[in-house]
Amino acid sequence: MIIPKKTYYKVGAALFILMFLTVAAAYLNLGPFNIYIALTIACVKAVLVVMYFMHVKYQTKVTWLFAGAGFLWIVIMFALTMSDYITRY
Amino acid sequence: MNIPYTSTARLDTGLYNAKLGIWLFLASEVMLFGALFSTYVLLRVNAPTWPHGYELLNVPLATLNTIVLISSSVTMVMSWASLMMKKFGKFKLYMGLTILLAFVFLVVKYFEYTAKFEHHLFPSTNTFLAIYFTITALHGLHILGGIVVNTYLWGPGSKMWQNDPQRFTNRVEVAGLYWHFVDLVWIFLFPVLYLL
Repeated sequence: MIIPKKTYYKVGAALFILMFLTVAAAYLNLGPFNIYIALTIACVKAVLVVMYFMHVKYQTKVTWLFAGAGFLWIVIMFALTMSDYITRY
Repeated sequence: MNIPYTSTARLDTGLYNAKLGIWLFLASEVMLFGALFSTYVLLRVNAPTWPHGYELLNVPLATLNTIVLISSSVTMVMSWASLMMKKFGKFKLYMGLTILLAFVFLVVKYFEYTAKFEHHLFPSTNTFLAIYFTITALHGLHILGGIVVNTYLWGPGSKMWQNDPQRFTNRVEVAGLYWHFVDLVWIFLFPVLYLL
């Protein structure tokens, strides 16, 4: 597995840009959209880290399975935790 | 006892054992931090009032720490890439930088914590600070753990490069996977605790 150095620097640069976007967006009062914007940016950053720094993009299906399992379980946990809140009204 | 598949991949999994092991460990870590994040969500949606993080916390310092952690992820992956290119000197440099950046993160965190205590803001002050201190302290412990492992690999552990370079490269990769995960947790902690 050979990945050009440039790829890492580009991903690093993208992470910095997204970080500044997230901070800038936080200073705008967008009501409920603030949460969506912040979490969307965080998810994009997470995908970049997992795919490129953790090399999942270049890995075998077994690695995808493990990374996917971690994601699936956390989705279940959040969905069930939130079931109280989203069914209140 | 000889641990099998430390440098070569197992045929059935297609991975060397340590890599499978670290991914299993990280999946369990997802649940550990996930439990605390969902605790945060439940506490927040049930609280009559909830402060904006930036009213109580120091956003510029946290932004600085975000820059520090992202940079350390870049240097960490570069230290592994250096070993892949058989450049041991470069590995030492990048791994050294990673450890240094991790210390910078903890020093900044120390100043943040002490500033809170000076203003009489403690975990017992309110629910927001309770969950803030719990999650950031657990994350801080992970940084500390990373420093211990990375320092071992940078120092005495690097002797392995002489007699089993592939196994050593794999060890650095596994430590890197852990380190990127710790960065990943911060990517969510930063907006959730400081900005929202």
